[in-house]
Amino acid sequence: MANWRNEIAKVDLTRVRPYGDTMDDGKVQLSFSLPVPDGPEAVEAARQLAAKMGLAEPVVVHHEDIGEGFTFLILYGRCTHSVDYAHIQVPKVDAPRMGFDEINRFIRERIGRKITVVGACTGTDAHTVGIDAIMNMKGYHGEYGLERYPEIRAFNLGSQVENEELLKAAIELEADAILVSQVVTQKDVHIHNLAALVDLLEAEGLRERVVLVCGGPRITHELALELGYDAGFGPGTVAPDVASFIVHEMVRRGLA
Amino acid sequence: MTPKLHLDEAWIARGRAAAGRIADWMEAFTQARTTVAVERTVLRLLGVDGVNAQGVPLPNAVVDAVQGAVGGAIPAGCGQGMGGVSADARGNAGAGPGSGGRGGGLADGIARPFVNGMLATGLSAQALAEAVAEGGLRLEELPDMGEAAVRQAALRLAEEGLARIDKNRRRREELLARLGEGPAPLLYVIVATGNIYEDVVQARAAARQGADIIAVIRSTGQSLLDYVPYGATTEGYGGTYATQENFRIMREALDEVSEEVGRYVRLCNYCSGLCMPEIAAMGALERLDVMLNDALYGILFRDINPQRTLIDQMFSRMINAYAGVIINTGEDNYLTTADAVQAAHTVLASQFINEQFALRAGLREEQMGLGHAFEMDPMLEDGFLLEVAQAQMAREIFPRAPLKYMPPTKHMTGNIFRGHVQDAMFNLAGILTQQGIQLLGMMTEQIHTPLLSDRHLSLEAARYIFRNARHLGDEVVFRPDGRIARRAQTVLREAVELLERIERMGFLEALAEGVFADVRRTPAGGRGLSGVLMRGPAYFNPFEELLRDRLGLGPAGGRGTARAAAEAVRGGSSGALGAAGGTDPGAGVSA
Repeated sequence: MANWRNEIAKVDLTRVRPYGDTMDDGKVQLSFSLPVPDGPEAVEAARQLAAKMGLAEPVVVHHEDIGEGFTFLILYGRCTHSVDYAHIQVPKVDAPRMGFDEINRFIRERIGRKITVVGACTGTDAHTVGIDAIMNMKGYHGEYGLERYPEIRAFNLGSQVENEELLKAAIELEADAILVSQVVTQKDVHIHNLAALVDLLEAEGLRERVVLVCGGPRITHELALELGYDAGFGPGTVAPDVASFIVHEMVRRGLA
Repeated sequence: MTPKLHLDEAWIARGRAAAGRIADWMEAFTQARTTVAVERTVLRLLGVDGVNAQGVPLPNAVVDAVQGAVGGAIPAGCGQGMGGVSADARGNAGAGPGSGGRGGGLADGIARPFVNGMLATGLSAQALAEAVAEGGLRLEELPDMGEAAVRQAALRLAEEGLARIDKNRRRREELLARLGEGPAPLLYVIVATGNIYEDVVQARAAARQGADIIAVIRSTGQSLLDYVPYGATTEGYGGTYATQENFRIMREALDEVSEEVGRYVRLCNYCSGLCMPEIAAMGALERLDVMLNDALYGILFRDINPQRTLIDQMFSRMINAYAGVIINTGEDNYLTTADAVQAAHTVLASQFINEQFALRAGLREEQMGLGHAFEMDPMLEDGFLLEVAQAQMAREIFPRAPLKYMPPTKHMTGNIFRGHVQDAMFNLAGILTQQGIQLLGMMTEQIHTPLLSDRHLSLEAARYIFRNARHLGDEVVFRPDGRIARRAQTVLREAVELLERIERMGFLEALAEGVFADVRRTPAGGRGLSGVLMRGPAYFNPFEELLRDRLGLGPAGGRGTARAAAEAVRGGSSGALGAAGGTDPGAGVSA
């Protein structure tokens, strides 16, 4: 008997498409509502839309009247497109991730003094859940926050902090790193806020002297770099991820 | 477990007693008969495997040769990639030459002529089977090596065959002791791609997502094949063929992932169909842990001849029992044809019957995954209360059985979001009533066999609900005069009355009257009847003898009432409907 392991279908990373239950079947599930009454015409309209989205053999498995002349539909189809996964490049924070003890030891041995981190939720944003998770003593998901680190002086300024206030605190506290959390993203308000802080720091000639980091549910590392930050962290980030980056970046840039 | 429904113990005892008498009759009936599938199983357990040049499995080829059947050959080319829906070549063909009480060499069992052949030629079981199937060797032309020598050799070979099963059983116990298992209810999910290699990927992903039991759904129509396909298969419809090689591959793949996740992941397949005992043997040889094995499923839902199924299930369950397999019975299927509220008592009645049949095959209560299902109309007011009543009732009446709880299927609509909520309600009922095996629902039920992501979402939801409500059942008691307790008491009484009616009617007559699932099946109808034979006076099945002994069942016919046994045999030999054509359905029933 041939070894079954060799018989398992392999993915072609230059032509990746969705997997339902068989390699390369392209199976996609989608649901949406149409502003037309339920009926055969609504089903056909949904099928045609799915076909235009690049789905072969679209099948409507559910449709129902949800009031006010709207129809809710659920469809399946096979995606005819593929992507070249092998050549995708996504900027990532590449500092090696260290643990609590390791980070403190790194600071003592490689920096030789306590470091100062100032964090805030800026603009009108009142959602402190992100900055609290990173900075507060108890931390998040089993990881202590920066306030707990003996080698880090951590100052959490809280929510609705104007960029000017944050800048003032950073100067007074002689911050080595600034953390900005942005949760509200309506009308791209986070982008404007984040970009404005970079402008302020540059005007004060501080930008090169601090590690500047942002985070939030819609923040990617790539976006952060575009906006002039050193790093960006998305959902699921815990304190050691941020601290590891800060201390490595300080050493790399000679800020120690 | 504390009783909460205030069920009347006297009614439970009455139901059990009626089911016990039905099972006694069934046991006597089956002990007087054998089938081609039982005899092929003997060959498999002796070590015969593989196919001939035409793709016919060797156990079929040898049994056909001994039976002297002409025109009874199975369709050629039944190896990998066969259509899968080719009907049983023998089914509905009527009693052909060589079948029936005339014996044709098979009435006394395959073991004697075959082991005689091994002694006469000095060949191994496999080599002898090949010589018969390919070389035209005729077993009946070989010299008679003497009854005592043949019996002794056959029993020794049977001991070796069972030793292979012992080894698997010990291996399972070792793995369970070392790796442990998930908490009850065990999370049971299916894979069904049709391609064993794709199944492996999905099964291992499911194990990593938290599954405790992986069931490989069979290809549509396999239950109607009167042979077991051979080798690794990559084409199937709605499922993957049950073959011994497919079993082996999946077992090895799950063993690997069990080590990685630090939890023994069980493998499940199906004994139902025309090859129940053969698949039970394959499962025992490849260390399957759970096997679907229902006394009535094949009869009711696949139109397999009732006599054939009853005889086949008896021997297949003895093998399951010895292999330490948990059987799953199929009561849930009743509710896909009948209304779940109206037919609730038929589920309980069938559980009683399956329990009593299982006891007579040597299955311990801990091996009885009696089935039921969450199939009531979700729009019914207080429907959840009725579901809880049914599930809790099963829990209390069969306290040691790892009850197999089936998810909603009939009222799943294609609205996957609503379906996911229905499955959540089902999971809540499962943890509240402390079920043994939770067959997880898929939100895409009625749309397609599960996608990788469907299984993930299903496992994630079940784990969340089970963890979040783990000890809810310990906290909740039901009002003695409340809706839930009253409903359970009513269903129990109806079930007992039904069992007593079945007993009065006769079991085969009850099947003919459509008592179960509103489906009528007559003793001479359905597929596979021509594969049923009256046992001759010198019938010999060394595996059955050893299994009965080791399972503590006593000699054949010892448990059923002597009168029932005698009448069943008399009924069969009286030829009322032709010997293999079925005994008088009323014969043997203590009316």
